[in-house]
Amino acid sequence: MVETTVSRAAKATSPRVAKRIRGLSDRAIAWIFVAPTIFLLLAINIFPLIWTIRLSFTNYRVNRPNKDVEFIGLRNYERILTDTDIWMTMQATAHFLFWTLFFQVLIGFTLAWLINQKFRGNDLWTTIIVLPMMLSPAVVGNFWTFLYQPQIGIFNYVVAFFTGADVTSFSMIGDINLAPWAIVIVDTWMWTPFVMLICLAGLRSIPDSIYEAAECDRASKWRQFWTITVPMALPFLMLAVLFRGIENFKMFDLVVQLTGGGPGNTTTLTSIDLKREAFERWRTGYASAYAVILFVTVFGLASIYVKALNKVKER
Amino acid sequence: MSSYSVTEPSSRQKWIAGCLVIAYALITIMPLLWIISTGFKTQNDAIAYPPEVFFEPTLEGYVNLFTTRTRQTEEFLQANPPATWYDEIVHERGMAIVGPSRFGERFLNSVIIGFGSTFLAVVLGTLAAYAFSRYRIPLKDDLLFFILSTRMMPPIAVAIPIFLMFRSLGLSDTHAGMILLYTGVNLSLSVWLLKGFIDEIPREYEEAALIDGYTRFQAFYKVVLPQAATGIASTAIFCLIFAWNEYAFAVLLTSGNAQTAPPFIPTIIGVTGQDWPAVAAGATIFLVPVMVFTILLRKHLLSGITFGAVRK
Repeated sequence: MVETTVSRAAKATSPRVAKRIRGLSDRAIAWIFVAPTIFLLLAINIFPLIWTIRLSFTNYRVNRPNKDVEFIGLRNYERILTDTDIWMTMQATAHFLFWTLFFQVLIGFTLAWLINQKFRGNDLWTTIIVLPMMLSPAVVGNFWTFLYQPQIGIFNYVVAFFTGADVTSFSMIGDINLAPWAIVIVDTWMWTPFVMLICLAGLRSIPDSIYEAAECDRASKWRQFWTITVPMALPFLMLAVLFRGIENFKMFDLVVQLTGGGPGNTTTLTSIDLKREAFERWRTGYASAYAVILFVTVFGLASIYVKALNKVKER
Repeated sequence: MSSYSVTEPSSRQKWIAGCLVIAYALITIMPLLWIISTGFKTQNDAIAYPPEVFFEPTLEGYVNLFTTRTRQTEEFLQANPPATWYDEIVHERGMAIVGPSRFGERFLNSVIIGFGSTFLAVVLGTLAAYAFSRYRIPLKDDLLFFILSTRMMPPIAVAIPIFLMFRSLGLSDTHAGMILLYTGVNLSLSVWLLKGFIDEIPREYEEAALIDGYTRFQAFYKVVLPQAATGIASTAIFCLIFAWNEYAFAVLLTSGNAQTAPPFIPTIIGVTGQDWPAVAAGATIFLVPVMVFTILLRKHLLSGITFGAVRK
């Protein structure tokens, strides 16, 4: 902490006087202020996490409380990592993650760049574009099932109108080839504004003077875009990808309402699968091991990514 | 433009950019407008082919959302003429209202849990953020990172032990349990956001207050709090929106008593399959407050969605 007038004055006065003047010591106030937060976070986040880890070594089942709980070591982990079904859900998650990030970055950055052309009324349109991302994902997922209805849905109608296909010939959430794309479309619709907002902040942080200097050096607009705009906005773009990546790895509410994981298991993302193991099949120990694996994966990938992000920032 | 600037886009460029952005905005707003309009349709209009853009608006969806009804015989309906406008709408379908639906309750739960958890998260968050901003706390950066990392956990992963914990504490399916849970989840956001806002308030104000004989507490609530008011307000709205929209914990940990609206809205079923006008009406009532908040918040939106990592 910077040496301030007050702390200097505090040092000069005797501790007893200082205490009378300021009531409580700084340290006491700091701890009184921080303690409730730390306590609640420990109770709601850390304690459950430790409990999950402990359960993951057992064969405990919530729906059979009278059965003896046995420690079975790493058997749950072994079974999960050798289970082919789980690799299927991992694949579905990877597909979802990759394509949502791809489209959101592409469209989000383009939109941000266009809005940064500072046309009149851009604030108003930005606000309208941002609306979908603030809504409840579960409710959004539910009403998109209505928009996706083959016979009556507006989505099929619009697609059919522009492509000439028969409206009833395809069902976005009933077809095993289309369903993985149905969830990508809705997620992209909902979260592109997020990437856009962050990119916009990145673009607005680039000082005009750099472009002026480039103009003096007679760099073409195209070259300015690739050598100034993109590299300077990149840390922001990467931050947006980090946030979206973590969120979409955890994705549950939107997809569970939209497709419920089906048809078959084509859109069963890991969180949905985990929910089934834990709260439908009630294999608590097994599901806990599953949860630990997911958490370690997110944490590991996120830390590697943050290292890369810091390198880009330093450049 | 008074002076020529090389960085100012040409007017043609602006015009094209504007058209493209407006086109995207119109496409992206379409599904929302469609849902809002479906709320004012009859069941037949809602499932008509081709989809109807122009229709005669009715409040049937809203009436169905808030009531439960039974089919009645012609004689019964004639013997009991409709007393109110909503009775009349139901009567036209050959039904009578037998009571309120559960939507009102669920909506009220959302309000109670949303506001309760927001209040707690903001109060605790403000205190912690002030301490993190102004005092030397051992392992401060580690603590701050720990607070942030709690947000990385998939909700389902911690839901199992929370489910067990709530069951043994008698908190499952109670308002208090859900308020505590959402407070815990929202605290990370509120601490990070508020620390950013408080960092921006110059320390000199408090120092002046201390020299004038204020105690630390007085300086905190008479000097710092008023300065941080906008920040606190926007943080509160973000916490409220999160609690309002949350689904995973709500669907796993509540069933009857403390269930919020998001798990309830998809379960609104009509006589023949899902009653889309009623679902749309529910979604509209539920989503409109958030839209209003978003418009009010637009200046702080960026720092809110990135935990204060990016500010304009």
